Amino acid sequence: MLGPNGAGKTTSISLMLGLRRPTAGQVRLFGLPPTDRRARSRCGVMLQESGTTSVLTVREIVDVFRAYYPAPLPAERAIGMAGLTEQAAARVGTLSGGQRQRLYFALAICGDPDILFLDEPTVGMDVEARRAFVASMQALSAAGKTIVFTTHYLREAEELARRIIVIDRGAVIADASPQELKSRVPGKKITLIAGRPFAREHFDGLPASVLSLSAERASLLSNEPAPVLRELFRRGADVIDLEVTGADLEEAFLALTRRGEGAA
Amino acid sequence: MSATASPGVAPLGRMLLAQTWSELRIRWRIPAFSLTIVALPVLFFTFFGLPFARQTLPNGTSLGAYLLASFAAYSVGSVMVFGFGIGVATERGLKVDVLMRATPLPPLIAILAKVLNALAYALLSLVILIGYGIVVGGVRQDLTVWLDMIARLLAGSVPFIALGFAIGYLCGPNVAPAVANLVYLPLSFASGLFMPLSQLPGFVRDIAPYLPAYHYGQLGWSAVGANTERLSVSIAWLAGYTALFLLIAFRAYQREESRKFG
Repeated sequence: MLGPNGAGKTTSISLMLGLRRPTAGQVRLFGLPPTDRRARSRCGVMLQESGTTSVLTVREIVDVFRAYYPAPLPAERAIGMAGLTEQAAARVGTLSGGQRQRLYFALAICGDPDILFLDEPTVGMDVEARRAFVASMQALSAAGKTIVFTTHYLREAEELARRIIVIDRGAVIADASPQELKSRVPGKKITLIAGRPFAREHFDGLPASVLSLSAERASLLSNEPAPVLRELFRRGADVIDLEVTGADLEEAFLALTRRGEGAA
Repeated sequence: MSATASPGVAPLGRMLLAQTWSELRIRWRIPAFSLTIVALPVLFFTFFGLPFARQTLPNGTSLGAYLLASFAAYSVGSVMVFGFGIGVATERGLKVDVLMRATPLPPLIAILAKVLNALAYALLSLVILIGYGIVVGGVRQDLTVWLDMIARLLAGSVPFIALGFAIGYLCGPNVAPAVANLVYLPLSFASGLFMPLSQLPGFVRDIAPYLPAYHYGQLGWSAVGANTERLSVSIAWLAGYTALFLLIAFRAYQREESRKFG
């Protein structure tokens, strides 16, 4: 689940877990209400806004959580998959932010759940932790587990997900595979500085969406910057400087939502 | 997958055991809690009880046993009010409750574990306090009297558990310790748990019979034959206060519930 901050990702996860009640409609997990103990026994959860006691050790708290589930993983295995083997005897209060995030991952997987809900799991992880975490996610996925996770990084979603649901301001604006989404979201941003003033006709019908346009300056979003530029030059646009960069997520979203409005 | 072979949910007994054990360790590792509940009653008894420990009341009851019963009641009440009040408020502050709610642990099991944990600490504090009274204060009673006192005080501690929950849900983690002290210390004092009511000002004597700690003290005093009201009256008052505090706690819980999870 991909979306900018405030898009409704955490709210969606909370609804799926029965931590919040929907105003309308209903949520079912394994055909059960998400608050049902049988459903919860098959879920692992990593939340953003949550904490644990600080005076137990990693091993102790993992053991307590294991007791909540019918067929838990061995504690060493859960701790190992989270990359915390060396910190197993350390108290939770002494862990760094990244290690704490790994602890929450250990707590999420220790019950050997069929489905994992991870809300922005990589926030606060360093490069090393993130690499270990990604490997664990892939192993779990290969073992047949369903993983639902949220992120506001397009690249992370592309790297890890088989299906990406893009949400913005509480609404689904795209639901597609990473490849499909990539083809629909403009990947490059082109910024142009004019010698002689730009005119609207320079940009009409180009395979690009115009983000902003003034006489001195234009910025465009496109998946095909080379043909766009070639066509611009052919039309005689006087460009004295240009820059092609990877579009950031906010801009990609803008393009997606704008397309939706255009179609409506 | 493995889910088909498993029974679907974990046994409640196993959850309760693990949860209680973890609560015990958590409390033990917070010195502010473990030291306070063990040391304070002993300290208070040393100041307010020891000097009179070898005297007897007009009706023949050992004053030492009477005062020990008073501080025993104070001690159990403090474990409940502070343990639950500060404990619940701290957990809410750390957002431990948010993660716990998403696990299969039933809230009732979590509460039961807290109660068992509190009873264990109350028992520990009673054993230390009474042992101190016997060894240092020279207070002599039959073992059955002490056991009776412990049983009555533990069984009657429910209103203070409810009061602790009410404070824990009404207050934030920084405010809860202050509120627990402001509520519980004057309450204990005005109920004659620190010194006999006969030594206190007249207006305190007038309000004492309306306070929960006064009727709770009666449970302790009844074990040494020094209660001043019938046991059934004490129990009725305590039941009434339990209902009141539970209502307040429940309201505060609901308010939080709709704010956090609505």
